[in-house]
Amino acid sequence: MKKTIITVVGTDRVGIIARVCTYLAENNVNILDISQTIVQGFFNMMMVTDATQSPKSGAQIAEELDAVGQEIGVVIRCQHEDIFNMMHRI
Amino acid sequence: MINIFEVNETNKMITQENLDVRTITLGISLLDCIHDDLDTLNENIYRKITTVARDLVATGEEIEREYGIPIVNKRISVTPAALIGGSACRGPEDFVAIARTLDRAAREVGVNFLGGYSALVSKGMTRSDEYLIRSIPQALAETERVCSSVNVGSTKCGIDMDAVRLLGQMILETAQKTKEQDSLGCAKLVVFCNAPDDNPFMAGAFHGVTEGDSVINVGVSGPGVVKHALAEVRGKDFETLCETIKKTAFKVTRVGQLVAQEASRRMNIPFGIIDLSLAPTPAIGDSVADILCEMGLEYAGAPGTTAALALLNDQVKKGGVMASSYVGGLSGAFIPVSEDQGMIDAVKANALSLEKLEAMTCVCSVGLDMIAIPGSTKASTISGIIADEMAIGMVNQKTTAVRIIPVIGKDVGEMVEFGGLLGYAPIMPVNPYSCEAFVSRRGRIPAPIHSFKN
Repeated sequence: MKKTIITVVGTDRVGIIARVCTYLAENNVNILDISQTIVQGFFNMMMVTDATQSPKSGAQIAEELDAVGQEIGVVIRCQHEDIFNMMHRI
Repeated sequence: MINIFEVNETNKMITQENLDVRTITLGISLLDCIHDDLDTLNENIYRKITTVARDLVATGEEIEREYGIPIVNKRISVTPAALIGGSACRGPEDFVAIARTLDRAAREVGVNFLGGYSALVSKGMTRSDEYLIRSIPQALAETERVCSSVNVGSTKCGIDMDAVRLLGQMILETAQKTKEQDSLGCAKLVVFCNAPDDNPFMAGAFHGVTEGDSVINVGVSGPGVVKHALAEVRGKDFETLCETIKKTAFKVTRVGQLVAQEASRRMNIPFGIIDLSLAPTPAIGDSVADILCEMGLEYAGAPGTTAALALLNDQVKKGGVMASSYVGGLSGAFIPVSEDQGMIDAVKANALSLEKLEAMTCVCSVGLDMIAIPGSTKASTISGIIADEMAIGMVNQKTTAVRIIPVIGKDVGEMVEFGGLLGYAPIMPVNPYSCEAFVSRRGRIPAPIHSFKN
């Protein structure tokens, strides 16, 4: 299964996770794991998701999540997990 | 499973430290386009390039979006044109027609540069090689995206001094013909010794005759990432310094390997090599000179620069080699002047001279790169500079190159602006003494004694 890593970074506010999760639910993206911290006052979240059942391509989801992020004032990146696996695992 | 810290580290490299894949270069063989009729040849070339490279840019952009890694350039390299045009071209003007075809094909598929308007003449020039070399000024003046290179020497063959002399004249003529744009044509012309067949970086990329029909080569980058990593170990010993560079180079190269594999799979074209190069851009924080400064030099060019660069170059290779299944191309650290803000600053501060740059080329991946000199420089002096650099490559069994820009109408101290990734540069002084009688001699410099290994 190909996993997708979604990261959200920005100023903390009410409803960030709700907004992202709503988008994912609407697009049939399953969330496998969520971790979240506040680093130096910044909201910092990582989600491991499975987008294989989504009708949309990884690139399309990435673009739309980027737009969602701009709406609510945070930076959302959606990347194929392999870029992290390649860099951090031998 | 990947954790949040690893994810953040990668994304910090991308968003704050200018980590990117510098180029996906699609090599295309044009050997099967050869025809003795010039029009048919041009048609064959255009059709082959636009067919094979049809999906290159779209595929690159798709990978960019999916993995969230910028891929700055998508480019094409082709078989050296002198070999392709041999039977159809009756003079330099026929080769210019091929250059126009290459330019048209590059525009059609949306790549910003296409390399391979080249000749390989390390031992001697065929008539067709000479036509091509003589056509370079006109070809570079008339086209926008075509890049040219000429290999004039190798450790195995020596240096073709007739070609070196001719290229001194052609560089000056190219500068003249593009003087309205600050002699920009010369930024697209590289003179090589020991040119690799699989280099993905422009302007010197060409698809060597030893290659298959088509191949994906990828050039990585990441001077900013190395600089940031070294800032964490300021003042520590050399072992720590070297280990940090190695680990960083490994991570950077892995991204290149991933992109290369994906591009290869999606386009159904074999993966060739990763070029492990630290390639700077004029952007702040994307500079090789800044790494040297981070190691402890006040400016690039200060005493210690050659040692620091040697160390950097070696550790980048040691770290990168294990990260990729095939490594090739130029692989090392690039030290162009106009494309590196730290180098530009060093020249402005009088810390860096042409002679010091020459010394630095003995230990890094390429050579005298993107150096602006006065437009009044004599052709024989340019040939002398080329000959020196070729000798370094020949004797040290490494690739060296000269991409030098005599800027017509400008003199030492003035600035020249090339724009985009090519950057800007202060014009550097050249040794004023003559080498005319030396470079006017006919023939070639023989291969060095250590080339006889059989």
